[in-house]
Amino acid sequence: MKNGKDVMQVVRSAVTQHGATRDELIPILTDVNHELGYIPQEAVTEVSRLIGMPKSQLYSVASFYEMLSLHPRGRHVIKFCENAPCHVVGGRQVWQALRDELQVLPGETTPDDRFTLMTTSCLGICAVGPVVVIDDDVYGNIEPSQVAGILARYK
Amino acid sequence: MSYFRSHILVCIDPACLAKGAHEVEDALQDELVAQGLIDEIQVLETSRIGGCSNGPELMVYPEGLHYVGLTPDDVPYLVEEHFLKGRPVKKFMEQIAVVTDEELGPPKPKEVRVVLRNCGQIDPNNIEDYIAEDGYEALAKALAMTPEAVIDEVSRSGLRGRGGAGFPAAKKWQLCRNVNDSPKYLTCNADEGDPGAFMNRRVLEGDPHSVIEGMIIAAFAIGASYGYVYCRAEYPLAVKTLNIAIQQAREFGLLGENILGSGFSFDLEVRVGAGAFVCGEETALIASIEGKRGEPRPRPPFPAVKGVWGKPTNNNNVETYAVVPQIMLKGADWYASMGTAKSKGTKTFAIGGDVNNAGLIEVPIGMTIREVVYDVAGGIRDGKGFKAVQIGGPMGGCLTTAHLDLPIDYESLTAAGAMMGSGGLVVMDEETCMVDIARFFMEFTQDESCGKCTPCRVGTKRMLEILERICNGEGKDGDIERLELLSQQIVKTSLCGLGQGAPNPVISTLKLFRHEYEAHIYEKRCPAKVCRALIHYQIEDNCTGCMVCARNCPVEAISGQRRAVHVIDPNVCIKCGICMQVCNFNAVAVTS
Repeated sequence: MKNGKDVMQVVRSAVTQHGATRDELIPILTDVNHELGYIPQEAVTEVSRLIGMPKSQLYSVASFYEMLSLHPRGRHVIKFCENAPCHVVGGRQVWQALRDELQVLPGETTPDDRFTLMTTSCLGICAVGPVVVIDDDVYGNIEPSQVAGILARYK
Repeated sequence: MSYFRSHILVCIDPACLAKGAHEVEDALQDELVAQGLIDEIQVLETSRIGGCSNGPELMVYPEGLHYVGLTPDDVPYLVEEHFLKGRPVKKFMEQIAVVTDEELGPPKPKEVRVVLRNCGQIDPNNIEDYIAEDGYEALAKALAMTPEAVIDEVSRSGLRGRGGAGFPAAKKWQLCRNVNDSPKYLTCNADEGDPGAFMNRRVLEGDPHSVIEGMIIAAFAIGASYGYVYCRAEYPLAVKTLNIAIQQAREFGLLGENILGSGFSFDLEVRVGAGAFVCGEETALIASIEGKRGEPRPRPPFPAVKGVWGKPTNNNNVETYAVVPQIMLKGADWYASMGTAKSKGTKTFAIGGDVNNAGLIEVPIGMTIREVVYDVAGGIRDGKGFKAVQIGGPMGGCLTTAHLDLPIDYESLTAAGAMMGSGGLVVMDEETCMVDIARFFMEFTQDESCGKCTPCRVGTKRMLEILERICNGEGKDGDIERLELLSQQIVKTSLCGLGQGAPNPVISTLKLFRHEYEAHIYEKRCPAKVCRALIHYQIEDNCTGCMVCARNCPVEAISGQRRAVHVIDPNVCIKCGICMQVCNFNAVAVTS
């Protein structure tokens, strides 16, 4: 069990949905990651068994892509856009506010497992920068003073 | 047939969604049902209508009224007043003075919209809207021609790949067509990763059928039977819109078996990335579609010979495919009438940085940088001076005032040390430090290097370390030469375009702004007063002693009596710049 969900169940449902072939590996891993918050060891073993692919190759894929994680993340993943267009419209101050509020470094998770702080590549919505994404929610035109209020929505 | 007396278009651009557009849309539906108006008034979704700076936004037709800044709580009042009583609600209306679509407003001076023509004008989730704008007419026309004639038409149009390299599209198609192997595949590169570049996102979200139609035409010309659109995961709305569009195209018999009764069959699917910039490189993109690590491989063999699943594959980007239907419909001569001798047609750019009108633009190729910066983008913000423009994304180069009259086309840009790239334009004013800019881009490419080849993996790291040292005031004699040597080696020996282009920002800034590097290294001075380690804040004599700066200083580095000139202790100051921001008398100055 991970995050209240049965790992095997999640893996099998992802494999059934996409098909048990190697070329569907990224969609399968993306689904597992989305459901469980990360890709646990057991999931790697099960996916490897179901699609008939060595675990080493599975690891090579899972470790390559930024959005796939082999380590547990917090209940909510914060992605901050660190790119130039957001940077120049006040992104740096928002980034500082996020770090002050959470007291963690980029890539780290808060001790209560509530948040993992990450950066993201450009989301292409530069007109409303600075941009912060929490789970699947996008927040635009963020000011440092709004950070605490936004975080409070996530338990 | 049911008849709607009014249509409400809800903007579902990510910017408006972030402000609750879906909640407003749901509230509208509920309220229209509650008021018994749901059979008279239709609610539709569309891409950006206005600026989205004051979203969520609605457009009401036939009146053409633009409502902004709505919340679900406003909806019952709006529905009652406007749709029940027929009285438009002034307080929600867009004020003319604030029409600021920062991305894509009404065409700016000198703009020509070909690729962006439908964005914001039609409902991307309704294929009939696209068809009403001559959609899929080009496909019908192409299917009645021979594949060779289609390639010939595109060839005469002069269309070149819009992904950056500018390889003639028709030539690429012909190469793939000539390969004696099957099946053949088609890929669409929608992995638009350059920071600040979002032209393809707007096309995918606002006019997805133009891309699909272009792909079907290309597939017919090449003889491909299946296609993949590789879209980055950072664009969830684009993925959703594309999937809806593909489904609708299938329902209309425009994808699948025996398209329009021609005997030609083609289908396609969307593949979503998982966050890797390098997957925009075509061989890495193909590896990722196959479910592998998105690492580039040496070419040849080129994808035209061995691509997806080892089979011949044609890869173009979103903009290239999107323009194909227009060429088929209006003819090669029409398209070739725009642009320069060697670069035809129009190009979309995302222009950002220190200009008045940042956002998306589409202009004929060959327009000068001066026209783009001053006429289309409205000039430099706050009346400051133009210093440089960075063009071509993180692997592009910088151009200066000396290049203002340079035409923006593939050859001219490459000759000047920059490149067309995907079309990101970052304009910089005189307060930009070019060493810092070079460091910023190197940090990006270093982070995104996939690690497969040593020159890119280690070389960019070493270059970044030197640049960081220089910005920190620890530059040494010989650093510039070391950067130059490393640049040459990385360009020559890297496997793919990412590594080969990574040193470009350094090479071009070294060529044009060498004096700034020298000032950092030998004089420990940042001429643009940007690099923190090399600047000092000080309070000038016009300080009124109001104490605002002292109260706001986070480290209590400022001392002084009320109504007396204050002093900053340089040993305590962390150079955060807050004192300068809060001073009402411009008494805080930066020196270097």
